[in-house]
Amino acid sequence: MRSFSRTPAALLLGLLFGLGGCAGGQDQGPGAGRLAAIKARGTLSCGVDGKLPGFSYQDSDGKYVGIDVDVCRALAAALFNDPNKVEYRELTSSERFTALASGEVDVLSRNSTRTLSRDASGGNGLEFAPTIYYDGQGVMVPVASGITSLKQLAGKTICTENGTTTELNLADRFREQAIPYTPVKYQTGDQTYAAYLQGRCAAVTSDRSQLAAKKTSFPDPAAHTLLPDVLSKEPLGPVTVNNDSGLSDALRWVLFATMQAEESGITSKNIKEKLAFAKANPNQADLRRFLGVEGELGQQLGLPADFVPRIIASVGNYGEIYSRNVGSESKLKLDRGLNRSYKDGGLIYSPPFR
Amino acid sequence: MTALPWWRDSRKVGWLVQAAVGLGLLLVVALLLSNLEHNLTRAGLRLTLGWLNQPAGFDIAETLLPYRASDSYGRALLAGLVNTLRVVGIGLVLATGLGVVAGAASFSTNPLLRGLSRTYVEVVRNIPLLLQLVFWYFAVFLTLPPANQALQLPGLQLAKSGVYLLGARLVNGELVGGWRLSLELAALLTGLVIYSAAFIAEVVRGGIASVPKGQWEAAESLGLKPLATLRLVVLPQALRVIVPGLNSQYISLAKNSSLAVAIGYPDLYAVAETTLNQTGRGIEVFLLLMAVYLGLDLCISVLMNGLERLVSLKDR
Repeated sequence: MRSFSRTPAALLLGLLFGLGGCAGGQDQGPGAGRLAAIKARGTLSCGVDGKLPGFSYQDSDGKYVGIDVDVCRALAAALFNDPNKVEYRELTSSERFTALASGEVDVLSRNSTRTLSRDASGGNGLEFAPTIYYDGQGVMVPVASGITSLKQLAGKTICTENGTTTELNLADRFREQAIPYTPVKYQTGDQTYAAYLQGRCAAVTSDRSQLAAKKTSFPDPAAHTLLPDVLSKEPLGPVTVNNDSGLSDALRWVLFATMQAEESGITSKNIKEKLAFAKANPNQADLRRFLGVEGELGQQLGLPADFVPRIIASVGNYGEIYSRNVGSESKLKLDRGLNRSYKDGGLIYSPPFR
Repeated sequence: MTALPWWRDSRKVGWLVQAAVGLGLLLVVALLLSNLEHNLTRAGLRLTLGWLNQPAGFDIAETLLPYRASDSYGRALLAGLVNTLRVVGIGLVLATGLGVVAGAASFSTNPLLRGLSRTYVEVVRNIPLLLQLVFWYFAVFLTLPPANQALQLPGLQLAKSGVYLLGARLVNGELVGGWRLSLELAALLTGLVIYSAAFIAEVVRGGIASVPKGQWEAAESLGLKPLATLRLVVLPQALRVIVPGLNSQYISLAKNSSLAVAIGYPDLYAVAETTLNQTGRGIEVFLLLMAVYLGLDLCISVLMNGLERLVSLKDR
């Protein structure tokens, strides 16, 4: 009887080692998987917020629009020459990284802040693409409350979303200044803002862009105001899993392409002329390389040679994406601020395409 | 006696079948484990619990266990667990009380009371709990008036700043003293108790219905009033049927308490969700969560099984 009960344990151990060995042997090395899998599948699976005006939300036709959505559209345009070959998954802030790590989505484009512990392999083990929106954490209060500074929030309740950097910055800033407060945390943005509007908390805190965006959907936007304090740096950008450089490199350079296009004055409106000009002028080496007329930059990334013209023709350059979704042409009318091209004193900068 | 060939020996065949099934099960588990191990190694994540000692860095709205943002993740999770136990503990007592009353009321001779009890059970148990919690929180508790116009009930004051028991006083437009429950806790308890009590009422009704009608009639012929009949004759016999049913309702209540996260109450699950996000330790956090809820439910089960033995019919 004794020895009988021990046999399964021995078998289990043997199996563990055996299978571990096989699986290790089949490994194709980093990067082979995801990009090839996306191409074979024919659609890109993208995790978005889905309820944040300007970043990702459904317009009146039920189509997803926003900066975060344009990231997915640009990658789909580069891969499939069709920005609509994207399957969107709406994720809450606490679901997002698990959904990405488990492979439920290929790319997470959900206004996520880049931090060391999210990036590091000993932390969340994520791979951050370039920052597409430089933001900072803000605090919104009802105008009627008369609150104009953080100090006046002493002893009050502050609403925020569970599983965000916001939650940590809030604790840090208030602890530093020894301001007592009560945080009430919700699972989704909808719940957070509903509770705030119902008066559960004196203030709500999030990225300033998000507060401005949500404010536009309030019944009376003018009744709420952002405090001048900026609690943190929030560089927002899309994310992929670690150790898959095929996909992360492709995504990185798709985004740089939109930034480089703005630097070079290439827009969705003049891309055709620019392309014809590049083809006709062998001396325009920079432009020819960038637009894939010569060289093999696309090929090196596992993308088609003409991936840049495809992106610019369908989603436009960074400046166009910005003003269409959150800037002067949108309802939000957010100032470009830090998000200007480096040529205008901002932080948006593309490394050279060569 | 000739030796039976092994394939005809039902004992040996039984063993073999069991061993085969056991082996198959182990194979599946081993496959899953090795898959997990392999994928985690590839992603550069090794299972570890070292992060439990790291400072959590986030605040928790309300804790029974003293907790500050500079405490460890382990402490934060423990504070969350205590918050869960608080809800489950209070919830079990209140749900049992309400459930027994509602269950017994369905046998009332008063048609109004009987109808009320049946309507309550049918309405409440057919609406998803999550929906009910969101309703209680957003539509009821968050629409309460400010403190200086608090709803006054005997021994109870309801305001946007919280629910106050045992006589809070109004000082400078704010309620102080008494025993304050946050709106999140109050909404969670209300939702959980009302929902669970509807199921408990059904269990109690079933138990009472299992007592033969003759027992009622006998008690009545002895001159006992209906309430005394219920208390002295029917309930003691009904308990044998009620207790096993209660066991599974109590377990449900404990598990359902994790829906707290939807209405902002910092229970174990809510704290674990934040922890998971900040540390990226998804597998470890979920294994811990599952172990804790399993442990909690097993405790309830063991206690209820003890109670079941206590009330069961003793053979003499």
